[in-house]
Amino acid sequence: MITPAESSLRSGAAGDAGRKIVVISAGLSVPSSTRLLADMLGEAAVDAIHERGQEAEVEVVELRPLAHALADHLLTGFPTGELKAAIEKVRRADGVVAVTPVFSASYSGLFKTFFDVLELGVLDGKPVVVAATAGTARHSLVLEHALRPLFSYLHAVVVPTGVFAASEDFGAAGGEQGTGDLAKRVNRAANELAALVAGPGDVPRPVAHRKTVDEEFASPTSFEDLLKAASDGPPEY
Amino acid sequence: MQFGIFTVGDVTTDPTTGKTPTEHERIKATVAIAKKAEDIGLDVFATGEHHNPPFIASNPTATLAYIGAQTERIILSTATTLITTTDPVLIAEDYAKIQHLTDGRVDLMMGRGNTGPVYPWFGKDIRQGINLAIENYALLRRLWTEDVVDWNGRFRTPLQGYTSTPRPLDGVAPFVWHGSIRSPEIAEQAAYYGDGFFHNHIFWPSSHTEAMVRLYRQRFEHYGHGTADQAIVGLGGQFFMRKNSQDAWNEFRPYFDNAPVYGHGPSLEDFTEATPLTVGSPQQVLERTLSFRDYVGDYQRQLFLLDHAGLPLKTVLEQLDLLGEILPTMRAEFDRVRKPGVPDAPTHASLVEKAGGAKDSTVYAAGDAATGTTDRDLDDPEVAKVLEGEL
Repeated sequence: MITPAESSLRSGAAGDAGRKIVVISAGLSVPSSTRLLADMLGEAAVDAIHERGQEAEVEVVELRPLAHALADHLLTGFPTGELKAAIEKVRRADGVVAVTPVFSASYSGLFKTFFDVLELGVLDGKPVVVAATAGTARHSLVLEHALRPLFSYLHAVVVPTGVFAASEDFGAAGGEQGTGDLAKRVNRAANELAALVAGPGDVPRPVAHRKTVDEEFASPTSFEDLLKAASDGPPEY
Repeated sequence: MQFGIFTVGDVTTDPTTGKTPTEHERIKATVAIAKKAEDIGLDVFATGEHHNPPFIASNPTATLAYIGAQTERIILSTATTLITTTDPVLIAEDYAKIQHLTDGRVDLMMGRGNTGPVYPWFGKDIRQGINLAIENYALLRRLWTEDVVDWNGRFRTPLQGYTSTPRPLDGVAPFVWHGSIRSPEIAEQAAYYGDGFFHNHIFWPSSHTEAMVRLYRQRFEHYGHGTADQAIVGLGGQFFMRKNSQDAWNEFRPYFDNAPVYGHGPSLEDFTEATPLTVGSPQQVLERTLSFRDYVGDYQRQLFLLDHAGLPLKTVLEQLDLLGEILPTMRAEFDRVRKPGVPDAPTHASLVEKAGGAKDSTVYAAGDAATGTTDRDLDDPEVAKVLEGEL
């Protein structure tokens, strides 16, 4: 399902040496432990990509200032202003770090809303680190029971290590040893992301990609192919 | 350039009075609005098609035929006809019939429907929405352009030696527009056939309309129907105007805030900025409308949505009066700035002319197998003339 035109479109601006990591934080308070974890993951991802001999930069998408625009999007069906720019960043990202606080045994509603309004196809094949914060470690399986299925549904490639940080982990964050050490988990997830993001640029993505509307504008499906699809049966994904 | 209105036939409570029209009142109001549209000099009245409350827009062909009988000039159209869930054989019959009844004052716009369940209600699968639109329309065209059709497709029972009746008036099928808010595939379809492309231009930002129309124009040229500038483009739009701009804002705000589609969401200020909705004085509506061509190029049809969100009939008719006042200037200004070589929207008359003149397209039945006779008297001199091609 991947044409050359699509894959060049997917990998952002051709010839752009730097890898773009977009960190999405759904923290609500200032300062926010969710944002803190998001920044740790973002920096670690850049370091890990550098170690592989490539340039990288991080862009942060804070969802709190987008809350009203997200509600409007649910009602009108289109993004405005800053939200539109944030979605565009995710669309062009080579890798995504998604961090949410745990609310009522799952990701927060604000976090979910952002992914609800993303057009299908935007995350297809995109490497993603899932991460969450909460007051106690008792919430840690939210990564496996809520976030990982969400991103699987969206056809993202979720790295094996998810990073959960309870309040107490921030007290131990600077430690260099110990199996429960937060920094160690952050680095492991970042390395897994870098392995997917910092590979050779022209390798086809492992996941079949659903064309988004913008991609359809850039390279329209010919009417001949539309007629063929109409008579042949459902699409292959 | 053609100007007109389109309606979706929503039955919505007036938020300022709490009054909800009955279906009967809303259906009669639709007729009154269509007749008023002709009175103020508009060119097109188009109705939507919905099969669920709170709409009265089912059976659009009855509505259009009824209006057609009470008007003389206005073109009757749809916004939209559900090409996905309606049998194309019925569409072929219904709109050819209205062509005959109204002497060619009809065209139609294909669309895919407003709600998921409309697909299963009519035995279809929403996941096949685009495929249904593609295949059903391919059959519809053949039913209008070929007297005898053999058909084998995926979504309806096959046809063998089938003739859709009546044949299109003067041997010319109604002009077809394809409407889609967000599906580039439909712009591609319109371009492939050299049909018109209509963008709703109400719910989404103009930047999206621009991208859809650009794609349609490029592909229209690609398929050899003419230059991109010559593609046939229609736009929706909506406004609320009063002589005094602030009166318009005050009066329209409660309708906007409670509107079924975008109510309880963005502010009226944000929405008028993000989308083509214009609230203000007639001069402001005039200027905003003229600005549409800045991003879609010279286009052929402008339809406005006026009767929605619970606005009472009286208010809608007042809006039409105000539109009538600025209409001559709007026409003149669009004409003044139009680039040379941009065609008008096709009409029945222009399509007949392009086809080399009107011809009787009647398919006279051959003798049936049982009696070997037909319902035509071969000794009738008028019939003989037809057979010899004199009529």
